Amino acid sequence: MILTDIVAAAGELATIETIFLMMVGVTAGLIAGAVPGFTIAMAVVLTLPFTFGMDPVQGLATMIGVFVGGLSGGLMSGILTGIPGTPSSVATTFDGFPMARGGQPGLALGLGVWSSFFGGTISAILLVALAPQLARIGLEFQPWDYFSLVLFALTITASLAGEHLVKGLIAGALGLLVATIGEDDINGVARFNFGSDALRQGFDFLPVLIGLFAFSQLLSDVRDRVMARKSLSEGGAVAVRIEHRRAAAMVLKRWINLLRSSFIGVFTGILPAAGSSISNILAYDQAKKASREPEKFGTGHADGIIAPESANNATAGGALITMMALGIPGDIVTAVMLGALLIHDVIPSPSFISDSPVLAYAIFLAFFVANFLMLGLQSGALRLFVLITRVRMYVLASVILSYCAIGVFALNNVEFDLWTLLLFGILGYVMRNLGFPLAPMILGVVLGNIAELNLSRAFAITTDLEMFVVRPWSLFFIILAAFSVFFPRYQKLRGQRKWTLVYLPALLAALSVPMVMMGGIARPLIAVVLLVMAGYMIWRRARDGWRLENAGMPEIHIEET
Amino acid sequence: MSRINRDVVVAVVLLAVCGAFIGDSFAIRQPDYGTLPPTTWPRAILVAFGFLCVIYLIQSLRQAPARLEETERGLAAWFARYRNPLWCYALFLGFLVAMPVLGILIGGVLFVFSLLTALGGATPRLLVTHLLIAVISVGAMWAIFTYALGVILPQGMIFTTL
Repeated sequence: MILTDIVAAAGELATIETIFLMMVGVTAGLIAGAVPGFTIAMAVVLTLPFTFGMDPVQGLATMIGVFVGGLSGGLMSGILTGIPGTPSSVATTFDGFPMARGGQPGLALGLGVWSSFFGGTISAILLVALAPQLARIGLEFQPWDYFSLVLFALTITASLAGEHLVKGLIAGALGLLVATIGEDDINGVARFNFGSDALRQGFDFLPVLIGLFAFSQLLSDVRDRVMARKSLSEGGAVAVRIEHRRAAAMVLKRWINLLRSSFIGVFTGILPAAGSSISNILAYDQAKKASREPEKFGTGHADGIIAPESANNATAGGALITMMALGIPGDIVTAVMLGALLIHDVIPSPSFISDSPVLAYAIFLAFFVANFLMLGLQSGALRLFVLITRVRMYVLASVILSYCAIGVFALNNVEFDLWTLLLFGILGYVMRNLGFPLAPMILGVVLGNIAELNLSRAFAITTDLEMFVVRPWSLFFIILAAFSVFFPRYQKLRGQRKWTLVYLPALLAALSVPMVMMGGIARPLIAVVLLVMAGYMIWRRARDGWRLENAGMPEIHIEET
Repeated sequence: MSRINRDVVVAVVLLAVCGAFIGDSFAIRQPDYGTLPPTTWPRAILVAFGFLCVIYLIQSLRQAPARLEETERGLAAWFARYRNPLWCYALFLGFLVAMPVLGILIGGVLFVFSLLTALGGATPRLLVTHLLIAVISVGAMWAIFTYALGVILPQGMIFTTL
């Protein structure tokens, strides 16, 4: 059955037109990812207007091409100029740039490219294997569970999005509030239009997103005269020959690091909100801890390039697993993908894979194929990147800004969308400058309607609020949400306050309660394992006399990928 | 000593926004059907939003007040600091206002040219370069959307009367 679906999906994907579009997408992603200041999310958002005329498979395959290309593009500027193209490649710069300056830029690039390829391929395999399983679990979800899942997605995003939790939560609430403006989907009643007819329809999600994200980002890139007139070539980027054969052999020789980092990437991607900006740092940290020569990290060590690059590409597969199986975006890029699916009247949910298997498997296959295309196109993109580095930032920003306007108009052929773009462009820029993270706001806008719809469904069944805590999955997500609110304090005070010693054991013990409530055999067993782990942690800490010590873990925050 | 700092001002503005939305929530029509009234969810958000804004205000008031040199730079310094973003917004606003007359093609070319010149300078050589970039980039995008994607972009009164 699955094989039949895969063959049918391959048939949809394997047309010259689709592959060509994917190649264009991967190349565009590679370039966008390579230019510091132009994020992957921005590239994916800007691709969206081009996909309207395409069928869903073509459109999504092109966007996945941009996504995969963007994740790999960041390594080019990171290695050659020392400036990471995207936050996904921050850790790559730690060893990639020293290796390039040490006279081996071709090898450094090769290690990055092949690690990205293997990381992406591993996560593509996991995507095919895990997404249907997660979707099966998702079929158990009732409206209460979905509502709590949305709550968790928002709190975890707010807590990881910056050092100021309250600002993150305010941004999330603001996003939810924006989603309520206009006619509500349930009763068809106009809300918060303040007497304006234009606001009756509410704000379309994509102009809001492009305004908040792309418009405000472009203005940040040209915020002063010096920045605006700067070009990347001042960083010294030159085209070099990528050493493919030697690099591929070195990556395969370090297969443990590759697998570990890829799994870190996939797991981080599955978590709502946690994206590749986190996974690359986590994987680098783990590779350094596991290495026999940790002192060489930061001087041009091969493992220091393999870990972050395999992890950041693997994160994409993880984020797609959550989006495809549960209909909840894993990060901003998958939030845009969700928007793209909705445009094509495809609504991801736990039954999506079984209801639309050809489209679902075509997305899986597109992700797989995009990794191969990335490998083949990287050398050509490198030459293009070197050319683009000569262009001044203000030229790129002005041209892209006009493209944003045309693209936004093309979404619905409505002039009001352009005013939305301007309004949210201003709001996004002001929020950035005031230290409010944008990721929670964007997720708030995306998830607002899903939350309200599920709340309404829940209330249609019963108005008893107890259901939110007696349903195991709902309780599971509420516990995670509650703990995620305290996560920033935990990160900050770890090793300084005694309560941080019981944070993790308390989380594990608390999670064991809904696992027991779920019944069956496997889940209560998992609950027992969680309890044993919690007990072991408490026992070890008590044995050490509740001694405070900093575990040396890096603080993790979401950056805009 | 004054406890006013930037965050306090932002918190007060956010509370005012929250108040305006709470006020407008009473203007939402209540239908006699459905299980979840249309005001429930927005008001739940507004309660949470207002509560968070109060916490933010309290935290901001506890912070050290802004240093004198940071607060007294004046309007001219503020304009100088945000010159480029202000140019972008002003020109984009002009582009939107002029769109019914100029359309996306002519308006877009003028917008890109003006923005390039405002951000990059206006020597004769740069002016020519900026004009070329504006015509080629906007023209190419307009052609792609119009002919390849079949999107009907606003032509503007000038274009239609020509």
